[in-house]
Amino acid sequence: MSFFQADNLSINFGGIKAVDGVSFTVPKGQVFTIIGPNGAGKTTIFNLVSRIYEPTQGRLVFEGNDITRVPPHQIAALGIARTFQNIELFEHATLLENLLLARHAHKKSGFFAELFFLPSVRRMEVEHREAVERVIDFLDLQQYRDSLIVNLPYGVRKVTELARALCTDPKLLLLDEPSSGLNVEETEDMAFWIQDIRSLLGITVLMVEHDMKLVSAVSDQVLALNYGRPLAMGSPREVQTHPEVVRAYLGG
Amino acid sequence: MATRATDPCGRTGRKLAIFLQLTLNGLAVGCIYGLVALGFVLIYKATELVNFAQGDLLMLGAFVTFMGVVWWELDYWVAFFIAIVVVSAFGALLDATVLRRVIGQPQFAVVMLTIGLGAMFRTFASVTWGSEIYTLPTPFSGVTVIGGVTLSHQYLSIVAGTLLLCGVLYAFFTHTRIGIAMQATSQNQLAAYYMGIPVKLIFSLIWAISAGTAVVAGVLLAPVTLIDINMGLAVALKAFAAAVLGGFGSIPGALVGGIIIGLIELYAGATLPEGFKDTAPYIVLLLMLAVRPQGLFGTLARKKV
Amino acid sequence: MRFLFKTSYAQDIQLFRDRVDAGWYGLLAVVVLLLPAVISDYYVGEVAWVFIYAICGVSLMVLVGYTGLISLGHAAFLGIGAYAHAYFLQHGMPWVVSVVLAIVITTACGIIVGLPALRMTGIYLAIATLAFSVIIQEVFSRWESVTHGFAGMPVGKPVIFGLSFDSDLAFYYLCLFFLVITLWLTRNLLRAPTGRAWVAIRDSEIAAQSMGVNLAIYKSMAFAYSAALMGLAGALFAHKIAYLAPDIFTILLSIQLLLLVIVGGLGSLHGAIFGAIFVALLPPVIAILRDSIPASLADATAATGIGLFGLIGEGIGSFLRKPGVEAGIFGLILVLVILLEPRGMYGRWLKTRIFFSTFPMYKRATFKRQKTYMKSERLR
Repeated sequence: MSFFQADNLSINFGGIKAVDGVSFTVPKGQVFTIIGPNGAGKTTIFNLVSRIYEPTQGRLVFEGNDITRVPPHQIAALGIARTFQNIELFEHATLLENLLLARHAHKKSGFFAELFFLPSVRRMEVEHREAVERVIDFLDLQQYRDSLIVNLPYGVRKVTELARALCTDPKLLLLDEPSSGLNVEETEDMAFWIQDIRSLLGITVLMVEHDMKLVSAVSDQVLALNYGRPLAMGSPREVQTHPEVVRAYLGG
Repeated sequence: MATRATDPCGRTGRKLAIFLQLTLNGLAVGCIYGLVALGFVLIYKATELVNFAQGDLLMLGAFVTFMGVVWWELDYWVAFFIAIVVVSAFGALLDATVLRRVIGQPQFAVVMLTIGLGAMFRTFASVTWGSEIYTLPTPFSGVTVIGGVTLSHQYLSIVAGTLLLCGVLYAFFTHTRIGIAMQATSQNQLAAYYMGIPVKLIFSLIWAISAGTAVVAGVLLAPVTLIDINMGLAVALKAFAAAVLGGFGSIPGALVGGIIIGLIELYAGATLPEGFKDTAPYIVLLLMLAVRPQGLFGTLARKKV
Repeated sequence: MRFLFKTSYAQDIQLFRDRVDAGWYGLLAVVVLLLPAVISDYYVGEVAWVFIYAICGVSLMVLVGYTGLISLGHAAFLGIGAYAHAYFLQHGMPWVVSVVLAIVITTACGIIVGLPALRMTGIYLAIATLAFSVIIQEVFSRWESVTHGFAGMPVGKPVIFGLSFDSDLAFYYLCLFFLVITLWLTRNLLRAPTGRAWVAIRDSEIAAQSMGVNLAIYKSMAFAYSAALMGLAGALFAHKIAYLAPDIFTILLSIQLLLLVIVGGLGSLHGAIFGAIFVALLPPVIAILRDSIPASLADATAATGIGLFGLIGEGIGSFLRKPGVEAGIFGLILVLVILLEPRGMYGRWLKTRIFFSTFPMYKRATFKRQKTYMKSERLR
């Protein structure tokens, strides 16, 4: 039984096959990267995995359970968290509130308990806070804790996205272009964090990325896509030198 | 009536005549809703603002025409023209001074802003013209009777005016440089800006056109509902329903939505118990939204992530 | 400037930030409790209006300010609460039971209205709630066996457990009690996971969903809770206005409630209170100005001998006496607030406070809004 598996995944948008028969398996504890030129269908795969899109065909299996028909809001509780390419934070809330919201999947209190803020709710809130603080320490976000997201620089928001995903206590982390918009230094930090997430926290990472340096530095396996179809799969080196992949990137 | 009652096919004939009569009236009222809805949609497509003061611009247009015709004793058409120019200029000015500053703020804030503007216009009208009800004399006062159906020229003028205006706007948007520039701006503001289209000017022009449409609707409507400071409010609410029914953002949708609302209103008023005349359009709207939340001609879109 | 040293996580979820904060609120409570002793009966009645409007404001704040859902039909919920309460009282129900039933009924209506809202946002939701309110208003005027239609429906003074709240003073404290309860419960929800989920839906539905928020449940919950508060406010409103008629609960009232939350400041409970003070007290203030401005300027003329003052006074007075001017003033203030202070009175209050606490180091840039080009809300 594999940890995460996509079987013959396909989706059409009005006749265009955005993803066409993609299959791959992500072994537990690895960093698996999807690369490909713009419009290759990488983010679409993420949206399929986080159940925002309905696949026209294919199956998603996570820890032996078929999740192809699970509603999107239950994905987090199963242990799959994601970040967004163009940053989807809750802008008019503080960083802390953003991270606490990520604990939503672990909420146990009912409406009426919260209405009267019973001691059980208070206890749960403190527990959530402790979990969130561990992530804040891990990613060095202490100084931004009480800032509103709108007031934070882009690089910090990007890290906040990562932190929010980590706060859901995921088993599988989906990172959608974690380095886009970051400078060289911030990208290096990101590479270290991804390695730490895998080795220290033991979280499996499925990533979409353009920066080949980052991809080579952290990935165990790479899948190259073009026009929604798989081109090559293997170690970063193998894929980068694969003639089909070179042709897709350089044209000709 | 007595002579017709002896007619062998009188009953069905009269029913048909009543039906046709209602349909014409509904069509005319619907055209007004459609025109006001068109004003909503033009502004929404371009600037993503929802202008709730549209009905009050209609009211201002009707009052300015009234002033021209009755107080200054101008020719109907001259007064009509002056009203279009004045209120269009006012619309452009409104955009340049107030609405341009709120672009980028939440939609809801802008909606409230235009509601506030509408309240100010009504107060302005009530201070200037008082709260009496006025009649606007028009050249369309006669009736034509064809086969038992009374065709009031007022209603015919509404339908004809709407068709004419739509034709002119269609030609403008598809065949003139500036019209195409407006379409481009509606599609993508930033790209249009990079292409050298003066986006701010275009927005003001769209406001002017939209205000002008409201004036045409107001003047055409004036003989039917008479002129008072609240005439715009009721029309605007129905027109808003019409725009949503058609799928907010679709121009043909606005017109079709307007006509549907107008017809429903008249049919419901004639056949259903009292009270349904004003609620039936909304009931239909709610049912439609439950089935097709994006409206008749709208497309359902989801944010890209 | 005061620095707060936090020593436990529990400190961040307290009702009040610290002892000093709690002290200020305590002082406010004392002032509000003693207020009737210093103002006249007329103003005691007016301040009771503030409390009722504040409950409405909190209700709408939850929906609009925190969850980001627009309602152009909240007056309908207020009407449902008011009519239900009046009807049950007329049929001899005890006061508490009647209020609870009114709240239950409005909550149910809120859920029913909330259901289509699950698939709509923005203008579509606005028009759907508007349509609902038009239909409900028609029901009020036609369902004569319950509402007595345009003949109107008298509502007596509240009698709770044999205690009669027939004086303005007693009613003042009754409204205050319910406002405090409302604020407490709402604050509890807002500092708990439910409140965070609402804010998350407001800022990014898609991210909220990916973090495990069930959009359908939390949106209907916001509608239900908001409607429930409206039901409570409606019951108090019925007593206050004493005579229910269908043309009270129009779209204009809904708009006035929206004005309340915007002028007060979207996204804060303080804003609901500030807005309520504004909306409830502006009409009496205009009424006072209507008479006092011409009078005082006439005095100025008498004192200085310059006739111009008196003329200006006459002009302002006759302008304020014209029908429909009040709505225009509301409109003007709404426009000015949205243009100049989008965060409302509460935002202005925060700025003033920070100005004084950081004096002389206050930077205007602290609250500067980022300039942005048009952001599409079509795809939310």
